[in-house]
Amino acid sequence: MAAQEVQPSETIAKLKSESEALKTKLEEERAKLHDVELHQVAEKVDPLGQFVMKTRRTLKGHGNKVLCMDWCKDKRRIVSSSQDGKVIVWDAFTTNKEHAVTMPCTWVMACAYAPSGCAVACGGLDNKCSVYPLSLDKNENLAAKKKSVAMHTNYLSACSFTNSDMQILTSSGDGTCALWDVESGQLLQSFHGHAADVLCLDLAPSETGNTFVSGGCDKKANVWDMRSGQCIQSFETHESDINSVRYYPSGDAFASGSDDATCRLYDLRADREVAIYSKESIIFGASSVDFSLSGRLLFGGYNDYTINVWDVLKGTRVSILFGHENRVSTLRVSPDGTAFCSGSWDHTLRVWA
Amino acid sequence: MSNNSASSLVIAQKAVKQLRLEASVRRIKVSQAAADLKTFCLQNAHKDPLLMGVPSSDNPFRPPKSCELF
Repeated sequence: MAAQEVQPSETIAKLKSESEALKTKLEEERAKLHDVELHQVAEKVDPLGQFVMKTRRTLKGHGNKVLCMDWCKDKRRIVSSSQDGKVIVWDAFTTNKEHAVTMPCTWVMACAYAPSGCAVACGGLDNKCSVYPLSLDKNENLAAKKKSVAMHTNYLSACSFTNSDMQILTSSGDGTCALWDVESGQLLQSFHGHAADVLCLDLAPSETGNTFVSGGCDKKANVWDMRSGQCIQSFETHESDINSVRYYPSGDAFASGSDDATCRLYDLRADREVAIYSKESIIFGASSVDFSLSGRLLFGGYNDYTINVWDVLKGTRVSILFGHENRVSTLRVSPDGTAFCSGSWDHTLRVWA
Repeated sequence: MSNNSASSLVIAQKAVKQLRLEASVRRIKVSQAAADLKTFCLQNAHKDPLLMGVPSSDNPFRPPKSCELF
């Protein structure tokens, strides 16, 4: 159709200025509702007392940096993955290793326990996410039953089962997240919007519906609708890569940890950042964050080998935990909130309570 | 170079569409959101073992390994 020739560059320029105008409007709308700070609302709340949290178990057995870990719903088993390609399932009560799998690649950056406790998923530099059913027979070769589920075009950075063993959500260095059917390996939905590697993801607590949050090297945290693939909210206040994102237990907010040495809290209903957890003395990146059961405490694992414990409401640090001899790379609170586990480049995992 | 401008156009259109969506999100005041976060914390505090501390006998991780019976 020979319509009047409109130079694409003119239209692009118009779209760009509309983009800028919309971004400004977004900031203005958010600012209008910024009537108070979280810590001000929490002024009258009783301050927290001294915390005595110690390493109660040390899990030794990995031959290289521990990169990721996840708890089983039974609150005692843990799966962990390492740079040396090994994935180990531990009984955290006894520190015994129950299963070990050697992956065909190094840098297994992601691992997750299935909700049933009967399988684990993992992946990394192989660009895939594979599921291994866990056998009760210790002699059985787990690698033989391996099922390749996800295929990305770059490294797998994180994975998580949804509410069942049937679907897995993945994030990748290829800049996308994806939802997969485990049985068929079929791609159910893909999530595009990050401008660089996606490093982390977390599913919303099941009561709050079908959304998840992801964080990436583009300094953005995006909230996605799992059914439509749409990005419904986006937050860009960090000054560097976002290494970890975790939902607040009510599902109304999420925390992030970044290479900019801060952790931040974003409220989804206010659609903005509502707290920053930082100190001048903390200059190394936060690699991993998680909340205690009530959401009052935020645990952050850092690249300076420490774990900082923050009062989420007041914005203050309540404790600093030493013990690891290298970067803390992963941290998760147990399903019943009685303990949390940290994994480190020092090859060990520690359970704290 | 029409391919380049065509794809830049598509990218720009997507960006504008996404921003329009984000701008239309319904928001509540921070004071309201913060109050709800605070309420949730306080209501659930008593159920939070890491916050309250539990007696060693109740926390499976606290007793030293040597007390395990198997």
